[in-house]
Amino acid sequence: MSNPTSPSPDTELSTLLGKPWRKPPFIKRAGLRWMLILGFAAYLIAAVLTIEVNWSRVYDGLERGKQFVLAFASPDFTTRSSDIWGGMLESIIMTVVASVVGIAISIPIALGAARNIAPLPVYVICRAIIAISRSLQEIIVAILLVAIFGFGPLAGFLTLSFATIGFLSKLLAEDIESMDKVQSEAVRASGARWLQWINYGVQPQVMPRLIGLAIYRIDINFRESAILGLVGAGGIGATLNTAFDRYEYDTAAAILLIIIVIVMAMEYLSGVIRARVQ
Amino acid sequence: MPVSEREGQTLWKRRSGRESLFHWILWLIGITIFALCWQRISAVTTWYFVWDAPTIAGDIWSRATPPKWEYITQLGRPIWDTLNIATLGTIIALILAVPVAFLAARNTTPSVLLIRPIALLIIVATRSINALIWALLLIAIIGPGVFAGVVAIAIRSIGFCAKLLYEAIEEIDESQVEAITATGASRWQVMAYGIVPQILPALAGIAVFRWDINIRESTVLGLVGAGGIGLQLSSSLNVLAWPQVSLILLVILAAVVISEWVSAKVRGAII
Repeated sequence: MSNPTSPSPDTELSTLLGKPWRKPPFIKRAGLRWMLILGFAAYLIAAVLTIEVNWSRVYDGLERGKQFVLAFASPDFTTRSSDIWGGMLESIIMTVVASVVGIAISIPIALGAARNIAPLPVYVICRAIIAISRSLQEIIVAILLVAIFGFGPLAGFLTLSFATIGFLSKLLAEDIESMDKVQSEAVRASGARWLQWINYGVQPQVMPRLIGLAIYRIDINFRESAILGLVGAGGIGATLNTAFDRYEYDTAAAILLIIIVIVMAMEYLSGVIRARVQ
Repeated sequence: MPVSEREGQTLWKRRSGRESLFHWILWLIGITIFALCWQRISAVTTWYFVWDAPTIAGDIWSRATPPKWEYITQLGRPIWDTLNIATLGTIIALILAVPVAFLAARNTTPSVLLIRPIALLIIVATRSINALIWALLLIAIIGPGVFAGVVAIAIRSIGFCAKLLYEAIEEIDESQVEAITATGASRWQVMAYGIVPQILPALAGIAVFRWDINIRESTVLGLVGAGGIGLQLSSSLNVLAWPQVSLILLVILAAVVISEWVSAKVRGAII
């Protein structure tokens, strides 16, 4: 006996029989789908129309673009080698110090931002710190810190540390919140003090994740340290900017190649380490 | 289990003697490197300015507040430009990233030895260089303006989108692909009916995620002359118009928060 309100399987099949199959649409409601498509098309037309492209300038620039691409084939590491190595060293130093300090500060903040460990007032304060750190871009923070602390790697170091806090604390806090309660309760039941509880009940559970995140963040910090020089916060960015301004594409290509190689090496290393600890 | 003897009792220890020595040496090396690096930073820092910093910060704060609210009338066009840089950049990046991702994924690449490494190189090279550096380069090549910003964002996003997308392609369900192949479909039909429907949700998620990041990045592209609200920020900073700077920073903050909210909503609806 079939339900009268819904078509029986037989009639559903018979209505479908003989018709060619059609791909189901990504958005089911036809009205919404067309509205989205039309709205998006209208926006795209408006957006493209308001972009002013000076095609003759672009055409002139193609020659320089070609020179730049060719410069990658013959990068010049030697002419400005002292500037390049000095800048690179400063970038790496900033990365190391900022990562160490940033990670050291973000661990207590992550503990404070985990709802299963921290009381509500601490939780709210730590989450506020994370939100502020995450919503400000590195480069803007760097501009303000350069204005306050003067030019040099100190401003860059502080910027990267600040950015590390928002990134690491948030992800670590989420990991702490999803940890296994049983283990930490067992440690607490043995009469552990608060610090012992954190060290033996919580820390072993989140350590692999912490190491993975820390290495990932070191990777990001290095990439970011390459641009902080643009606003005077130390590192290779200043040398790169000068190279572009003087149209010394072979030097710029050399710097970019070094950055790419270091990033690739760190990505490979971080992959190996993360595979080992997880 | 490592234990130690004390007063005739065996006590539990976390590490054996050799392990703790190893840990101690690692810490020593780490702290030495840190100290050396810090020394370098400290040597090139003018500490007088640092001790002076609280006064300077207070001074800047008193200049920057209250923000110059009426300046917002001049920010409409820059905000529109910023939005366009992010959106058009994301679209161009996706168009370019899809073929790269298919070439880079192990199960769809035409040649593992030759083409896959090239695709991976494109992904790494575009990913490891920041949008600001791409913008610097493009300004030198095609001149300052919004167009350079769009292209910079597009190039920078290719690697990110292609990497996430090729990982999604590698994780697809092979049995669906086999089923389509068994019906006698051509290579392109297998792609369109076997693979694409499986990665479409991932693609939409990646697009919105990257768009959110691109809004952030395009707000600062103007600092090097690539259009958007960053141009206003940089010119206000150059003339030390702090009330305008604080207003622009508030607008950027609002844009970032709104785009993050939109992206979270859309991704929640898709997944």
